[in-house]
Amino acid sequence: MERLVFLLSTGLARGAVLALFALSLVIVYRAARAVNFAQAAMAIVPVYVAFAVTSASGSYWLGLASALVVGALLGAVVERWLLRLVPQDNPLPGIIVAIGLVMVLQAGLAIAFGPDHRPVHAPFSQRPFEIAGVGVLSPYDLFVLVVAAVVMGSLAILFNRTSVGLQLRAAAFAPETSRLLGVRVPRMVTLGWMLSIATAALAALLLVPTGLGLDPHAADVLFVNAFAAAVIGGLDSPVGALVAGLVVGVLASLVTGYASAATAPLAVLALLTVVLLVRPHGLFAAREARTA
Amino acid sequence: MSTLTIEKLTVGYGDGAPVLDGLELEVPDGAVVALLGANGAGKTTLLRSLMGLAPVRDGRVLLDGTDLTALSTEDRVRRGLALVPEGRSVVVELTVAENLRLGTCWKKGRKNKGPAREAAVGQMYELFEPLARRRDAAGHTLSGGERQMLALARALVGEPDVLLLDEPSLGLAPLVVAQLLGVLRDQAAATGLTVLLAEQNVTGALSVADRGVVLSLGEVVADRPAAELAADPALRHAYLGF
Repeated sequence: MERLVFLLSTGLARGAVLALFALSLVIVYRAARAVNFAQAAMAIVPVYVAFAVTSASGSYWLGLASALVVGALLGAVVERWLLRLVPQDNPLPGIIVAIGLVMVLQAGLAIAFGPDHRPVHAPFSQRPFEIAGVGVLSPYDLFVLVVAAVVMGSLAILFNRTSVGLQLRAAAFAPETSRLLGVRVPRMVTLGWMLSIATAALAALLLVPTGLGLDPHAADVLFVNAFAAAVIGGLDSPVGALVAGLVVGVLASLVTGYASAATAPLAVLALLTVVLLVRPHGLFAAREARTA
Repeated sequence: MSTLTIEKLTVGYGDGAPVLDGLELEVPDGAVVALLGANGAGKTTLLRSLMGLAPVRDGRVLLDGTDLTALSTEDRVRRGLALVPEGRSVVVELTVAENLRLGTCWKKGRKNKGPAREAAVGQMYELFEPLARRRDAAGHTLSGGERQMLALARALVGEPDVLLLDEPSLGLAPLVVAQLLGVLRDQAAATGLTVLLAEQNVTGALSVADRGVVLSLGEVVADRPAAELAADPALRHAYLGF
C-alpha cells in the first residue's frame, strides 16, 4: 500500500511533465499539421541556456525565464527561416529537415558544452513528504505539478478566451477561410511554434533535475513517451495530451516500481498499441462532422 | 464610397489557357451586381482573384481607385473586401459564436472588443434567428442552410464595403435561398453595401440585383439592368440555358 501511494504520487509528477511535453507536440501539430521530430533537441537548447544563466546569476528563476524566452525565439527562427522554406505539399521533406536539425543541435551542444552529464540541482528538496509514515510527493514534485497546472491553465485561457487564441485555432483548422477573414495565418503558425517550443523547454527544464542530469540527449526519452501520450490522447486534442500524459506517467511509474525500469517503455508501447487498435485517431479525437 | 473596378484582368492556372482574359468590369458604390454564367465561365476564378487567391497574370483590381493587386488576401480584407466562398465555408470545429467573432478579429482596438463586438454579433443574431438559437453549437452540427447563414453573417459582421458571394444558394431549399437573398438585399439597401453575387440560380440572383453581368469563357458577354436581362429570352437561351 505504501509503495502504491508513493508510486502513484511520483507517477503523477512525472506524468505532469509528460503531459506538458505532449501538449507542446499537440500545439505544433495543430498549428503546422506536422509532428516535430526535433522537439526534444529544440527543447534541450533552452535548458542549456537556463543552466548557463542560473550558473552565472545564481537565480533559478532567471534561468527558467530565459529558457522560456529562448525556447520561443528558437521556435520562431526554426519555423520562419527553416521549415517555411521546405516544400509543404507532402510531410516528408519537413520530417527529414527536422531529423537533420536534431543532429545539428545535439552535436552543436556537445561541441559547445561537452557530451557529459552535468548535474542540475532542483530549486526545491526532492525528499518526499511523509504522511503517516508513507512517502508521498516531494516539494519539487509539488512545484512541478503547480507549474504544469498553471501553464496548462494559461494556455487553455489563451486558446479559448482570447482573440489571438481564436485566430490560432481557426488558422489551424481552416487556413484559407481564416485568411478570407483577415487572419494572418503565417503569423499564427509562427506563434504556434513559439508557444510549443517554450512549453517543451519548460517540460525539459522540469524533468532534468529528476534524471541523470543535463546532456544533449536528456529530453529524448521524454519525447518518445510524450509522443506516445500525444498519439494516445489524439494528436489534435490538448485535453487528450493532458489525460494521456498523466496516464502514461502513472503507468510507467507503477511498472517501474512493481516490475522493472526496463519494462516501463514496453508497457507504454502496449498501451499505445491497444489504443490505436481500438481508437486509431486517439482517445480524445474530434467527433465526426455532420456532412448532410 | 466603394467602387470596385476590374481592369484588363487575366487569370490562369499553370501553363493553361487563361480562365479570364482581359476582363473589364465596374461595380459602382452601393450596387448589387449579379454575376451569371454556366459552369466554367470563370465566376469563381474572378471572385477568388479579386481576393488574391487565384494567380493573376495581368491587369488590376482597384477599390475606390486604390490598386489592390499587390496586396495579400489578409490586407484586402482590411481594405474592405469580403468573400463568402462556395460551399458553406464555416470553420466546423468552432461554435457559431466563435465563427462570428472570427469575422471581426482583424479589427484593431475597441472595435474588436467587448460592447462594440457584442453589438455587431447581436445584430447578426437578429438578422438570422436560427443562429441565435444555436450560438453555442459547433459548426459541424449545423445544417446546410444554417451554415450558409453563418458564412454570410460572418462576412457581414466585419462590416465590409464590398461583399463578394460565390453561389450562396448552392444545394439549399428555395425557402432558405429566398430568406438569404432577402437579408442580402435589405442589408445592401440599408448600409450601402456593394455586392457582387455569383449565381447559377439566375432568377433568384436577378430578383435582388440592380444589374446582371453574364460571363462566358472568361469574357463579359452581356451587362444590362437586371429586369432587362431577365426578360431577354434569346440571351437566357444562349448563355444561361433556360
